[in-house]
Amino acid sequence: MRYLPLTESDRGAMLAAIGASSVDDLFRDVPAEARLARALDLPNHAGEMEVERRLSALAAPNMTAGSVPFFLGAGVYRHHIPAAVDALIQRGEFLTSYTPYQPEVSQGTLQYLFEFQTQVALITGMEVANASMYDGATACAEAAAMACRITRRPEVLLSGSLHPHYRAVTATALQHTGHRIEELAPDPVGIEDLMGRIGGDTACVVVQNPSFFGGLRDLAALAAACRAEGALLVVAVAEPVSLGLLKSPGAMGADIVIAEGQSLGVGLSFGGPGLGLFATREKYVRQMPGRLAGQTVDADGRRGWVLTLSTREQHIRREKATSNICTNSGLCALAFSIHMTLLGEQGFRRLARINHAAAAKLAARLRAIPRVRVLARRFFNEFALLLPTAAAPVVEELAARRILAGVPASRFYPDFPELADVLLVAATETATESDMDALAAGLAEVLK
Amino acid sequence: MTGYRDGHRGILLEEPLIFEQDSPGCSGVDLPEVEGAEDTLDGLLREGPIGLPDLAEPSVVRHYTRLSQKNFGIDSVFYPLGSCTMKHNPRLNERMARLPGFADIHPFQPETTVQGALALIDECARWLKTLTGMPAIAMSPAAGAHGELCGLMTIRAALDARGEARRRVLVPESAHGTNPASAAACGYMVDSVPANARGRVDLAALKAKLGPDVAAFMLTNPNTCGLFEDEILEIAAAVHAAGAFFYCDGANFNAIVGRVRIADLGADVMHINLHKTFSTPHGGGGPGAGPTVLSHALAPYAPLPLVIHDAGGLRLVEHPLDPALRATGAAPLGRLKGYHGQFGTFVRALAYMMSHGADGLLQASSDAVLAANYLLAELSGDLTPSYPGPCMHEALIDDRFLKDTGATTLDIAKALIDEGFHPMTMYFPLVVHGALLIEPTETESKATLDAFVATLRDIVRRAKSGEGPALREAPHLAPRRRLDETTAARQPQLRWFPPAPAKAAE
Ligand SMILES: Cc1ncc(COP(=O)(O)O)c(C=O)c1O
Repeated sequence: MRYLPLTESDRGAMLAAIGASSVDDLFRDVPAEARLARALDLPNHAGEMEVERRLSALAAPNMTAGSVPFFLGAGVYRHHIPAAVDALIQRGEFLTSYTPYQPEVSQGTLQYLFEFQTQVALITGMEVANASMYDGATACAEAAAMACRITRRPEVLLSGSLHPHYRAVTATALQHTGHRIEELAPDPVGIEDLMGRIGGDTACVVVQNPSFFGGLRDLAALAAACRAEGALLVVAVAEPVSLGLLKSPGAMGADIVIAEGQSLGVGLSFGGPGLGLFATREKYVRQMPGRLAGQTVDADGRRGWVLTLSTREQHIRREKATSNICTNSGLCALAFSIHMTLLGEQGFRRLARINHAAAAKLAARLRAIPRVRVLARRFFNEFALLLPTAAAPVVEELAARRILAGVPASRFYPDFPELADVLLVAATETATESDMDALAAGLAEVLK
Repeated sequence: MTGYRDGHRGILLEEPLIFEQDSPGCSGVDLPEVEGAEDTLDGLLREGPIGLPDLAEPSVVRHYTRLSQKNFGIDSVFYPLGSCTMKHNPRLNERMARLPGFADIHPFQPETTVQGALALIDECARWLKTLTGMPAIAMSPAAGAHGELCGLMTIRAALDARGEARRRVLVPESAHGTNPASAAACGYMVDSVPANARGRVDLAALKAKLGPDVAAFMLTNPNTCGLFEDEILEIAAAVHAAGAFFYCDGANFNAIVGRVRIADLGADVMHINLHKTFSTPHGGGGPGAGPTVLSHALAPYAPLPLVIHDAGGLRLVEHPLDPALRATGAAPLGRLKGYHGQFGTFVRALAYMMSHGADGLLQASSDAVLAANYLLAELSGDLTPSYPGPCMHEALIDDRFLKDTGATTLDIAKALIDEGFHPMTMYFPLVVHGALLIEPTETESKATLDAFVATLRDIVRRAKSGEGPALREAPHLAPRRRLDETTAARQPQLRWFPPAPAKAAE
């Protein structure tokens, strides 16, 4: 058994040192009737080749994004990840370390978290960011709870533009804590009246930009309306690459920004793990969930980093903590941060422009197909198409032709028949001209 | 003068922040420029620079490589952090998670195109259910604490379905902080249960606290003192007799895998930290995964998504209106996580479980317990174990042995750093004074354990022979000496800011 370094003679010597007759003897506190008397119905150990064979057999049948024209988004985006990212995150000192509780021997982790927090604050236009949450959806729930703590108000208003998983996770996580969740109907074209719904009980309004259906909006007026009513504006960003091109949520007046960081460095991986980004204003920092790396000095006066403000956290505050989160998404934060560093100011902005240009080109091509409409007037790298027929079977049909065309809105909203014909289509820098040709031709043919 | 400038020592080099290495004109990527596409985005475009630094790839690679060298990891040192199960992270797991068929698939592809991925989730679930003896599992929780929330929510849903509004959750005082925090996040009042003199739950005190308003008792077993709760069957019976549910925190599952099934202990629910017991790397703070096994009574409330078998193969149930739910009478409590859970972590955990197999997993838990007892035995002459053995996978020591030495638990931990060992967990659990919680895991050789024992004994003897105050200076050889945490918290500096422009010369 290749992962176990003790030999039989080691075991014997160790038992002798302990003064136990057998390993079973060490388990004498386990009640006899609770000890497993038989072998489990599971196979015995296997060598690397064998495990690789069995797992490869499960990997093989899946249609990989890179092998076909691919246009899926809906909160998870396929971007090119520079080779250096994966090589660096696999350095054992990053991969195999714990949460940096011992700062003297965790300066590597703490410094990259400090850099990560700075990058997240910069791109979101906020003052401070934490060291990550599980994913965008759970970060959204945490943001709503934080807004309720700050405003001491119970109601959370969720825009119809918000990712349905973010909505569901927020509603689920806050169901037992005296919060009230108001969800507006899904809003593919961006006409909902959020401002009219803000009242004296509203702790926060949560909107997504670009919206789940791809549309863009200026949130400044909404931010002003929130401020006038004493509510906070929470802005969700499911595609952080958009921040290279668009006005930042902070610049539009957001109080809390949460985002899914998966787009940068993390990859698809069937949707998990992701990376929750969480940023806010300095004045709210003591209400923030999650870990924070902060700068300080050591006994010799040299600059260094530690985890700080932990009196907010579960290991100190227990049931009064701002969140129960402990393990977060450290390695994904590292991947994100390395990808961001490779991009830099210039690369990040270019990447965003390339994405937008790709989507604009694709939209023009698909709009030319008879009876197909592009719903959003202004979008970033994803838009909603209105097809003349139900989208889900069209997607299946195209998948059978080895084209992964997009995500049908009905997958999230089976109870909204008016969304049955809506298809979300995303194009990133990974989409080639010929991919776009294939989708346009395939879609035209299927719709014929 | 040592001959080194700027504090450099060998290859342990000082490394500035990326923001201090900005080199405009450089880039770590080659991307083409595109023009004009954003014409339609008037009024929505970013104004002014973001402030990100520009660096070429070699600078970036060197930066992160140097940062990595300032970290201890399991790959380089013994890392006996109690309660954290820092075992070897097999690289086969990493290779498997990177197979394109797992890494390069999107969560919303048609299910027909991801049958292998769904089978992987299903197979990982089968192993975890078999190892725990539990009939159902929620795969989506992202970590242990998230699994706690999931488990408590299923309990609350089951109680709601029974029409019972129970408001209290009992938690031992030795519990990890996430337990009370999760109970509060589920809307419960937390009431703490004392430990007895043997470091276990005080059964009489528990019984006295159980009542019609208690929803659940949360217990870590083996507990956070590294001991098996030998009255666990009585505990489970008492909890159930009061109409409450029995939550097991599975953070310490590594001690009993293959030997004890938690179903046979009377548990109703347990989360499993795949980043502990099942060797998926901790990654400097995640990502992890916290699949949560459930009893028959709690199974119907498992959060979405579910993977089910139907005529067409494997299928995801993602929406509360899915007809499959009506057919089975399931009433999911909602959704706790975007998409389908920590898929990449499932791949790694399954690779690990397949590698060990039933026989290897049993050997692993046996070796983990053997190693901890060996440390307990070898250290008991010089240090003060809090409770007599046998322990399970970790050994708990308190600071009585430091009395009158002038040194503290913290000093001992920091002195270990200078000797090339990562410290044990300190000051947790809270039930003993100055706790040192040592978890060696099964992946350390006897030679490493012996070296650790010799080193720790030596440090303790130094403390006892008058060097205690000197230990307060440790570490000396780490990239940093002790850091000023008080100032960090009083004047938080949580991000980099560009230096203020220098005042113009008079
Ligand atoms: C006993 C115990 N319970 C719960 C947790 C929380 O698990 P996680 O960090 O995966 O959220 C931990 C680990 O940190 C733990 O040691």
